[in-house]
Order: sequence, then C-alpha cells, then structure tokens
Amino acid sequence: MASAEGHWALTTVAAAALAAAAFYAVHAAYDWSDERIAANERARVVARLNSVLEPALRGRDLTTTLLAITDPELLGSEEPVDVFVLTDRGAPMATVFATVAPHGYNAAIDLLIGVAPIGTVTGVRVVRHRETQGLGDAIDTAKSDWMLQFDSKALTAPPLELWAVDQDKGSFDVISGATVTSRAVVAAVKNTLLYFEQHRDDLYARAAEAAARGRTNEP
Amino acid sequence: MTSSLREAIAPLWRDNMALAQFLGLCPLLAVTTTVVNGLALGLASAAVVVIASTAMALLKHALKPAARLPIALLILAALVTVIDLFSEAVFYDLHAKLGIFIPLIVVNSGLLVHAENVASRRSVGFTFLSALATGLGFLLAFLALGALREIVGHGTLLSDIELLAGEGSRGMTLELPVGGMLVAILPPGAFFGMGLLLALRNRLTTKPPADQSSSGIRR
Repeated sequence: MASAEGHWALTTVAAAALAAAAFYAVHAAYDWSDERIAANERARVVARLNSVLEPALRGRDLTTTLLAITDPELLGSEEPVDVFVLTDRGAPMATVFATVAPHGYNAAIDLLIGVAPIGTVTGVRVVRHRETQGLGDAIDTAKSDWMLQFDSKALTAPPLELWAVDQDKGSFDVISGATVTSRAVVAAVKNTLLYFEQHRDDLYARAAEAAARGRTNEP
Repeated sequence: MTSSLREAIAPLWRDNMALAQFLGLCPLLAVTTTVVNGLALGLASAAVVVIASTAMALLKHALKPAARLPIALLILAALVTVIDLFSEAVFYDLHAKLGIFIPLIVVNSGLLVHAENVASRRSVGFTFLSALATGLGFLLAFLALGALREIVGHGTLLSDIELLAGEGSRGMTLELPVGGMLVAILPPGAFFGMGLLLALRNRLTTKPPADQSSSGIRR
C-alpha cells in the first residue's frame, strides 16, 4: 500500500506508463487526422481556386498543374509561390497565382489571383491576412465587395500608370482607414499581371511539360 | 446541499476561474470576438480540465509530490495535441480561426492549478465534479464575453455556428437590429467587456450596503 506521499519507484512506473500512453494517443490522433487535414486543405484550395475563376469555368473539369515559382519582386515572396495552370485538353484556360502582398499593415497578405489567358483578372481573393479587424479586413469578400473591383481589369485597362489607389491618383478605390492595406493589394495584383505578361508562354510551356510528365492532379 | 458538494461546484460561479480568480485571461480576452469562437475554446478547455484533473486524482497516491507538475504537464500536452489534431481534422475552418489558442490550452494556468492543486488533495469524485464546475465556469465566462462582444461589435449572435455544428445550423445565426460598434471586437473591447462582466458579477455577489451599516454602525 502506497503512502499518501508516493514512492519514487511507483512514480517512475506511472510516469513511464503515462509517457507511453501519451505517445500512443498522439500517434493515433496523428494517424487518424493526417489524411483528413490534408483533404481539408485540398478542398480549401480547390474551393478558393474556383472563386477566382471566371464564372463559366467554375466547377468545370479542368486539369490543374501546380508550379512553384520564385520571384520576390513580382510575386512578393522569397519562397516559391504556388502557381496553378488550368488547362482543358492541353488548352490553357486560366492561371491562378498564390501571390503574396508583402507590405500589408500587420503582416504579409496571402492572395489568390486568377488571370485569364488574355491577361485580364478573373478574380482576387484573400487567403490569409492579419489586417485590422473592421478596417483592413474589408479585403475579405465576406466583409465587403472591395476585392471585386479587380474583376476583368488588365494592365491596359486601366492604363499602367493608373494602377494605384485613388488617393495616389490611381483608379482603384481605397478602403477608408486602411490605405496601407489597399496599396499593398493593388500593387500585388499589378505585379502579378506584370509577371504573367512577361512569362505567359514560359508558364504554359512548363505546365504542358509537367502535364506530359504526369505531375498533375485533378481537383 | 452538503458543504463538500458546495465546495466542489464553487468554481462554477463563486470561485470562477476567469471572473473571480482571473486565471486563463489570455485566451479568454483574445478569442471571444464571437460566441462560436468562445464556445469552441471553452468546450476544449473544459474537456481538458475534466480529463487531466481526474487522471491526476487517480494517480494521487502513486506520485511523489515533486513529480506531479511535470506529469500534469505531460497529460495536458498529450490531451491538447490530440484535441488540436482532432479539431483541425473535423472543424478545419474554426481551427484556423482559433489558431494558436488551442495549443496554448496546455499552459492555461487555471487548468494547471486545478490538475495540480485540487487533484492532489481531494478524492477522485470531488476532483471530477470540481473539474467539471471549473470547465463549465470557464465556458460560461467565454460565452458571456463572446456574446457581449459579438452583439455589440457585429450586431449578430451565433454567427459562424455552421463551422461547429454543421451546415444545418446556419439558420441559428441571429441578425440583431443593432449597429456594429467596432471597438467591441478589437482588443480594447475585450478589456471593456471583461470590466463590465466583473462589475456585473460584483453587483450580483456583493452584499447590499444596508447589511454592513446595520451590523457595523449603530445609531
């Protein structure tokens, strides 16, 4: 019978048993949740991809090729950025950039920008942000329609020099109280279009090459 | 009601962890921008304290006092990791909103105090009841502050409930005819709300001044 104060021997046995139980429990939880979490992440990306495609393409059975592209200047990150090229029997239908807007108010803003083959924006959505609640979070389409003003814009419409917020004599609305956030997003969309213009053929070639190697996934 | 039972359920209100002992305030103030956020983290915390404290009470006689704290932490860490993985697998979007505060349940001082203090001195039954009261009391604080801030800040109640209870519960969200007072959901609003809750609690628990004057001063 152990005293109320316990024994070191008993304590050691109990600690070892608990450590083993804890190890097993965490391991089992990981095994059980791993696939589900990955599926959740995929579902989220696919749902998001759909949200920046032109309406006619949403839900279409397109082939998605994932490229990882590093361009700190235009895509906003020192790390490789996901670029999805969506094709229909080899014909490019859309390109979606997981661009980063590095100069958000509190932190970088992760965006998803859909671009049609002719270079027009088909949609912009925020994936992750840490902008101020009630001010900068208006970039979230759940809070306001601000993001929708980029739909069907291109580098020629408005002209390149007007790709700025109205406060800087540009042609895009500014979110009142969140000028920094607005500037960051407008610049990121503009840079992504610049990247697309400069590298379109290269992107399509790389996507075709990757598709030929079978590195594609059906969303 | 026996005094032992009364003591076991004291953490529900009289010794409420957040509202009377001021423990675990960091997650309380940080996530209670909506009722659903508060509900989710409150439920997770309650589950953790019930399981961890009961386990510690069961092990009471086996453990040397010096080993109790690390073993309590081992149990808490394993439990919280399992809950973190489970919630990411099942409530992916809600998990993303709560972010770091689920893993941080491990270091919630109130839960640790309970698993270490009460569980080492009282019976298993008492500890279980008391842990249940602690968890529910903490949940109560989460719900009260979450409701207050959501009503004043968003003008809604139970928004995002579908993230926790499934698509069928979407209709439970109430749109209230009050404007959004932004400050309520910003960090300062957490302190204002907490102050109001404490004032209300003091008002309800303090004896009316008439009692003191009649017993203290005689005319």
